[in-house]
Amino acid sequence: MIEAENLSRRYGGMLAVDALNLCVRAGEVVGLLGPNGAGKTTSLRMLAGFLAPSGGRARIGGHDVERQPHAARCALGYLPEGAPSYGEMSVLGFLLFVARVRRLSGERRRSRLDAVIQQLELDDVLALPIETLSKGYRRRVGLAQAILHDPPALILDEPTDGLDPNQKRAARALIRGLARDRAILISTHLLEEVPTVCSRVAVIARGRLLADATPAELEQRSRYHGAVSFSARGAGPARAAISLLPGVDTVEVDPLNGRVTVFPKPGRPILAEVQGILAAQRVEVSEFALERGRLDDVFRSLTADPAEAA
Amino acid sequence: MSALPAVLRRELAAYLVTPVAYVFIVIFLALAGAFTFYLGDFYSRGQADLAPFFSYLPWLFQVLVPAVAMRLWAEERRSGTLELLLTLPVGRGAAMFGKFLAAWAFIALALALTFPLWLTVNYLGHPDNGAILAAYCGSLLLAGALLAIGTGLSAATRSQVVAFILTEVVGLGYLLAGHRLVLGLVQGWLPPGVADALAGFSFISHYEAIARGVLNADDVAFFVLTIVCWLGAGVLLLELTETG
Repeated sequence: MIEAENLSRRYGGMLAVDALNLCVRAGEVVGLLGPNGAGKTTSLRMLAGFLAPSGGRARIGGHDVERQPHAARCALGYLPEGAPSYGEMSVLGFLLFVARVRRLSGERRRSRLDAVIQQLELDDVLALPIETLSKGYRRRVGLAQAILHDPPALILDEPTDGLDPNQKRAARALIRGLARDRAILISTHLLEEVPTVCSRVAVIARGRLLADATPAELEQRSRYHGAVSFSARGAGPARAAISLLPGVDTVEVDPLNGRVTVFPKPGRPILAEVQGILAAQRVEVSEFALERGRLDDVFRSLTADPAEAA
Repeated sequence: MSALPAVLRRELAAYLVTPVAYVFIVIFLALAGAFTFYLGDFYSRGQADLAPFFSYLPWLFQVLVPAVAMRLWAEERRSGTLELLLTLPVGRGAAMFGKFLAAWAFIALALALTFPLWLTVNYLGHPDNGAILAAYCGSLLLAGALLAIGTGLSAATRSQVVAFILTEVVGLGYLLAGHRLVLGLVQGWLPPGVADALAGFSFISHYEAIARGVLNADDVAFFVLTIVCWLGAGVLLLELTETG
């Protein structure tokens, strides 16, 4: 439903987006994840038809964004970066304007307006000028505008930015609910957002796509995947024994809180063995955990600038 | 094209909720009155017509119309709503034309509010009302041409001040194009054909032809073409400068 094919964009001599290939199908929420300046917003702007690509193609619902701009725009709901809206208009006035431009009329306009106002809890602010609203409300007005015509494809640039934790949770639940029958592409730099919202993650940095995988697959790439960590008093001798286990790669101790993390060799389960040693040596364990993998760790290793790392 | 009325309606509402509209109307009417009665010697001329009013009107428009046009696109660019508007199913041409029409309707409203002048001359004597109507049409066309320049140039920048100044300069060029001063300056060194062509772009000579009471197809076509060309240029500017 949302497709990028070798999508590229140049600003002067700088390549902001370099041959991006991405496909979001109905029922999926794909998170475009990357550090600031990675090319997320530029990519989304090309897909939404605001920026003309320097090369490649963007398609929304099968319609080429450049050649069939009208059909592509009708199939898309778009929340631009920063959720811009006309400050002097009231919330209702603004939504009515979007409804008119989108050619919603009569009963359908009324029912869609009611639906988004209820979904985004805008009842209390309908008559207020948008410029007087808090950042969270403005973001919700932007989301309401994007889903007003019930589009089959949605592109949301940082949809939860500026929301408080409760509103973030509500917005994520809304996005997951919307995903049932449509294609959604969101950009974010919040790692916590990925496992809670996205069914797939596309990691980009310096304009290039570095990974396209499910959150679980990404977690497996972490060196923390399958690692065992515990806090215990007087674990010195046990630590030595654990480091000799055949499946164990390294053992690290956090210098701040003394927490021990045992890293396995790739693909070797070590949970039972570590537990065995701790029990045999009667170590008093206050906390014990099997790590699933850490996204921040994967994110860092994927997006680290090779020049800086060297 | 059916998104155009939505754009028009929004823009017109945007004028009416900001103080700009009321400031514009008050200043326009005050200056129009002052020019007509003091500079134009409305009473002492002893003629029942609106010639004093219509002869100063182009200069009043030259000063005030760019102020109406400057926000049309520059404000969208500055506040980021340009990205919203251009990704809605509104063609660029329709958005440009909708904005222009809204501003033009607003200026038409200000112009219509000068009706007490018309009532006055009809009370004082028996003016040629057909000629007055033609002159009003000419004024509206002239204002439309200036407005189209401003709308087009507003698309090039995110600064309303830059849009305003550019429009003042270009508008002044069009107003002065047929003036004796300018023609006298260029006739010496430009080939006669070019100087004549330049004079042909004069807003004043086309406007005065209509203001005399002759709604000539040539003059009307000149203004309509000017409007279309500048709005078209604005659409091109929108596409060229789209860097977000």
